[in-house]
Amino acid sequence: MDEKLSFFKDGIRLDGRRPGELRPVTIEAGVLERADGSCYIEMGGNKVIAAVYGPREVHPRHLQKVTRAIVRYRYNMASFSVEERKRPGPDRRSHEVSKVSREALEPVILTHYFPRSVIDVFVEVLQADAGTRTAGINAASVALADAGVPMKCLVSSCAAGKVDGQVILDPMKDEDNFGEGDMPLAVTPYGEVTLLQADGGFTVEETREAMEIARKGCEQIYEIQKKALIDRYSQLEDPEERGSGV
Amino acid sequence: MSNNVMSEIRKDYLYHLVMNDERADGRSFDQHREISVETGVIDKADGSARVRLGKTQVLVGVKIQPGEPYSDSPDRGVIITNAELVPLASPNFEPGPPNEHGIELARVVDRGVRESRSIDLDALCITPGKKVWIVFIDIHILDDCGNIMDASSLGAIAALMTAKVPAEQYGLGEDWFLPVRDVPVATTVVEFGGVLMSDPDTDEETAADTKLTVITTADGSVCGMQKRGPGSLSMDHIYRIVDISCEMAKEIRDKFLDV
Repeated sequence: MDEKLSFFKDGIRLDGRRPGELRPVTIEAGVLERADGSCYIEMGGNKVIAAVYGPREVHPRHLQKVTRAIVRYRYNMASFSVEERKRPGPDRRSHEVSKVSREALEPVILTHYFPRSVIDVFVEVLQADAGTRTAGINAASVALADAGVPMKCLVSSCAAGKVDGQVILDPMKDEDNFGEGDMPLAVTPYGEVTLLQADGGFTVEETREAMEIARKGCEQIYEIQKKALIDRYSQLEDPEERGSGV
Repeated sequence: MSNNVMSEIRKDYLYHLVMNDERADGRSFDQHREISVETGVIDKADGSARVRLGKTQVLVGVKIQPGEPYSDSPDRGVIITNAELVPLASPNFEPGPPNEHGIELARVVDRGVRESRSIDLDALCITPGKKVWIVFIDIHILDDCGNIMDASSLGAIAALMTAKVPAEQYGLGEDWFLPVRDVPVATTVVEFGGVLMSDPDTDEETAADTKLTVITTADGSVCGMQKRGPGSLSMDHIYRIVDISCEMAKEIRDKFLDV
């Protein structure tokens, strides 16, 4: 509450970024052998890996839907991914993150092509540094495309925050922990919002500003996601050779 | 909640109503159902509220007990929010540990209370590092006729506003009212057929793909948001929902949470 330390020095953030600047993002598609699709992302200090299995048979069977595929999303944090060891396994936070992340991707997945089946998305957070759910969604979106799951488009995600009364893009750990607000957002390239959460204190004006700045961040991430997919598939010269495994 | 089964005919009917600027129960799009808030309904609880939102009924009980603080905030009280979607409230609720709907509900209600800094946690310290007051907010859904989120959130703050810290019982002086500094109100709006509807009932909730819950504080700023459901919303719709929510929250706050 009594902030003696400022988050800015000459308009520059503690880690050297401008208010509207993302942390470095690198994305690589197709990093796992067994999964149908996969992706590894680094967003600042976040290291997240996503795998997609399916469309495949639903177990347990009673979960299947006759008109479409169901989507399952499991967000999981490695126990060593955070400062103080996290107890392994799902907790209440990860249940919620899994739900909103699934709902961030469902609008773009053409699930009605695959009745009675399931598309499983597994997201493992290997290292956390604020913004793991957005990193997970970015990775999952690329992994879905890598798996060849029919989609309307990719989904890109990043957060806006508020520190020292100013709206910023992509808060890092300290800005998230000691800042005044956090607002993760996911959008399609057409500007449809598929994930929106907020906590902290935003005036109505700041809410708009934060959404705008986050959308701009998502646009940049979208380009990196596309490039990751192009890089992956432009290198696949001979699919036969890849599958033979000799 | 969203796993309700609904016939295509019913959905079609709702859609046609919307096209004619109507809702099944005759409300206008930005109108909430009738609200009643009763506080002090459970003597054994330290604070309680029964909220009716149309036919939806929610009971929130607050229990306050001494306990250990979290290691990263040794001199601050603790808030723990839990929601029980008990099977008596809906054919879709099953016994067992909370599912993702219950967890989300509790966490969004918790976010409102926490992020609005409504409870002065510093005032809940007994012995720094050793003993603090723990505020348990337990949400019991009794009848789910839609929008249990707003009802629960309203119940939580109403219960907190009337809650007393039971100090005497623990030999810690006289009982005192829980210090509540802000009044967060959550309002949910769904998008259906291109129209934004406040306070959805069960059918509307089932028919609509996407809801947005916005929690606002007394000064009209946003302290929490949660988009729910497997659809998407345009930025313009979100801006409008935020405006609608601020207005409706103010009305609810003035009418039902005025102390």
